[in-house]
Amino acid sequence: MDLVTLWFWLIALTFTLYFFLEGFDFGVDILRPTLARTEPEERALTGTIGPFWDGNEVWVIAAAGLMFSTFPVWYGAVFSGMYPLFVAILLALLLRGVSFEYRNQVDSERWRAFWDWMSFAGSVVPSFLWGVIMAKLIEGMPVNREGRVQGGLLEMFTPFSLLGGATTLLLFMLHGANFLLLRLHTDTVLYDRARRAALRWGALATVAVVGFVVMGYVTEGLFESFGVLPWFFPVAAFLTLASIWLALSRRRDTLAFTMSGLTILFATVTVFIALFTRGEVLPSTLDPDFGLTLEETASQQYTLVLMTWVGGIFLPLIIGYQIWNYYVFRERVRPDEGSLKHGY
Amino acid sequence: MDVVELSRFQFASTSIFHFFFVSLTVGLAFLIAVMETIAYVREDRRHVYEKMTNFFGHLFLINFAVGVVTGIVQEFQFGMNWSEYSDFVGNIFGVPLALEVLMAFFLESTFIGLWWFGKDRLKPWMRLGSIWLVAIGTQISAFWIVLANAWMHHPVGYEVVEGQARLTDFGAVVFNYKAWLYFAHVQGSAWVVAAFFVLGISAYHLLRRQDTDVYSASLRIGLVFAAIGTVFSVVSGHTEAQVAREDQPMKFAAMEAQWETSDSPAPWSLVAFIDEEAQENSFNVEIPIVGSVLAYNSFEGRYEGLIPLNEEYQELYGEGDYIPPVAWVYWSFRIMVAIGSLLLATAFLGLFLWWRRKRGLEETRWFLRALVLFIPLPWIANFTGWIVTEMGRQPFMVYGLLTVEEGVSPNTFGEVLAGLVGLWVVYLALIGLDIYLLSVTARAGIHRKPEAQLVAAPAPDYEGVGLQGYERRN
Repeated sequence: MDLVTLWFWLIALTFTLYFFLEGFDFGVDILRPTLARTEPEERALTGTIGPFWDGNEVWVIAAAGLMFSTFPVWYGAVFSGMYPLFVAILLALLLRGVSFEYRNQVDSERWRAFWDWMSFAGSVVPSFLWGVIMAKLIEGMPVNREGRVQGGLLEMFTPFSLLGGATTLLLFMLHGANFLLLRLHTDTVLYDRARRAALRWGALATVAVVGFVVMGYVTEGLFESFGVLPWFFPVAAFLTLASIWLALSRRRDTLAFTMSGLTILFATVTVFIALFTRGEVLPSTLDPDFGLTLEETASQQYTLVLMTWVGGIFLPLIIGYQIWNYYVFRERVRPDEGSLKHGY
Repeated sequence: MDVVELSRFQFASTSIFHFFFVSLTVGLAFLIAVMETIAYVREDRRHVYEKMTNFFGHLFLINFAVGVVTGIVQEFQFGMNWSEYSDFVGNIFGVPLALEVLMAFFLESTFIGLWWFGKDRLKPWMRLGSIWLVAIGTQISAFWIVLANAWMHHPVGYEVVEGQARLTDFGAVVFNYKAWLYFAHVQGSAWVVAAFFVLGISAYHLLRRQDTDVYSASLRIGLVFAAIGTVFSVVSGHTEAQVAREDQPMKFAAMEAQWETSDSPAPWSLVAFIDEEAQENSFNVEIPIVGSVLAYNSFEGRYEGLIPLNEEYQELYGEGDYIPPVAWVYWSFRIMVAIGSLLLATAFLGLFLWWRRKRGLEETRWFLRALVLFIPLPWIANFTGWIVTEMGRQPFMVYGLLTVEEGVSPNTFGEVLAGLVGLWVVYLALIGLDIYLLSVTARAGIHRKPEAQLVAAPAPDYEGVGLQGYERRN
């Protein structure tokens, strides 16, 4: 395997890890208004992701940074081509990120309500838009002869990309609910609400994934280039999703979370397989010849060799200490009326 | 205004807002690590240093998150607004950026959580290790991003092939002398920001005679950092200016508003009315000889003016106007230097007061009052410093290789404007909130509960029981 291919798949891995990890912390934030009825419950739900969300979010910076260094042309075309979407994602992440710290700094109902809203909207918007972006990567952008992307906001929203957005949004909500099952005490009422949410949003997520795959097949010719084996991925995404229902009804929470994680993995990999098998990382909707290919967007060999060394050393290290972080904070959370302490 | 101007303005605003938060993060992480180390080592004084660590740690966390999220904008905007630039430099410029993420961002964001939340579940040495990893992470992060920036000012280790800068020698990029100078300067400046932040807050409470055991100690830690930081900044800044005279002469001439080549020995301009249209200074107060001393450490030596340099640049790089916005650079430079000198003097005056009498610092109340007033000054110096270095290299984006106009994305005016307005609204809100919350929490001090506490980071208690929402082990 040459380094261009290797790095294409490492970027796929980075995006997959990002969707897997931030997927559940987005999900928790989106579900919180419907799950929490009291202030301690609100705090318990935030507490389930408190020590993790920041480390999870860095994976998207890693995805952008690795894309910049190994596929600069692809990076430039995607990020400038979908400019309004990335602005919206950035604004959402800005407000959502600070909501964690700022929500309880001022003792006022309206202040808290404002930041709750920010953390909700700030999670819904990126959850939806990442699906739109992934769908647009498959569908293509108006790339012109010079490899520049021209096009406005409206072209970002096609039926296929909107369905893609709905799919990631629902998948993340399901994933967040499953994560809560692992993080909340099983004897709390919150835990029961999270189970019901997982079943409810899981059903909708299944519909969305099936819809996305079928539409990808019918209108986008998504799997024409897949050959026999890669069919495995969309089918597997559906099967894992279906198995969640079984796992939930048998109270196998770990299995349910693993399965929603695998669904996200299969869904993301499907997008990257679609790009890889066509050899185009950004197809053109203007003329098939204008699409950006893997080779022409990649960095030179020297940079790729250097990045391979760097990635080879640091990626396992990062994954290692992040796992340790999850291990340290493995205890389950319960809503606690406990006092707010005074002073330090 | 066109797309280029808007994009430039957006990049400048994002970088300046981002640096507002991260300069405090980078400096304060180190100070807190030192505080916690003292708490760990000195058992007899542990209660004092633990309170100090937690108090400043709380302030650190209020500010930390905003630095993180504005950093995402930084990382995305190269592709979003400068896609042509990204195509051109990605082979080289992307590497330090990726290294920054892999070596620093993950480290900081993971271990900050472990440090703060893990207080009741990690062993003391692990907590100490965590804050040191955060502190080291912030320095690594500063190093790589400044290295990337320095490459834009002084490109090395590359060749241009098919319209792309290709990496030929990564060692040359890492050992770019400009990078190390910039790093020393940014590092020193971040320490100055954090040191004067700690000094000002400590002085505020000492003036009210609250918790003098804690704040006297933090004042002394702050002073040591302030002294080291200001010396670092001044020495590296001085060297930077001298180096700029050689490798970015246009920037140097703009800093001095020197239109024609100077005499030898060269005077130093103190105040000038700059007429950029007519390319002359209508009024100029000059101090003889000082210009040569600053530029050459010598009593003679001349430097080239903007007008002759512009002609040279035109021969080198083709038709065009290569003179940067002179008045901006000139005045920003002067403000930065004035503040830097004032802070250097303040730090050493503090050390002198400390050395002269045991309670000399606590009893010199005018000095404490000055420290409170000086809190914003390092930020102003940083802001003006970035204006000098970044405006001074206009119109180039990569010095001598790519102009700003060539680097911009093919975006429409409307989408860039809409994004810019959105970002500005959020930035202003965040900076306002950050300052408001920092000052409320800082003034509340150690015993009064801050208005409420951080959700993601409940106020800790070393001896006490667990944190909200978590069960204690066993």
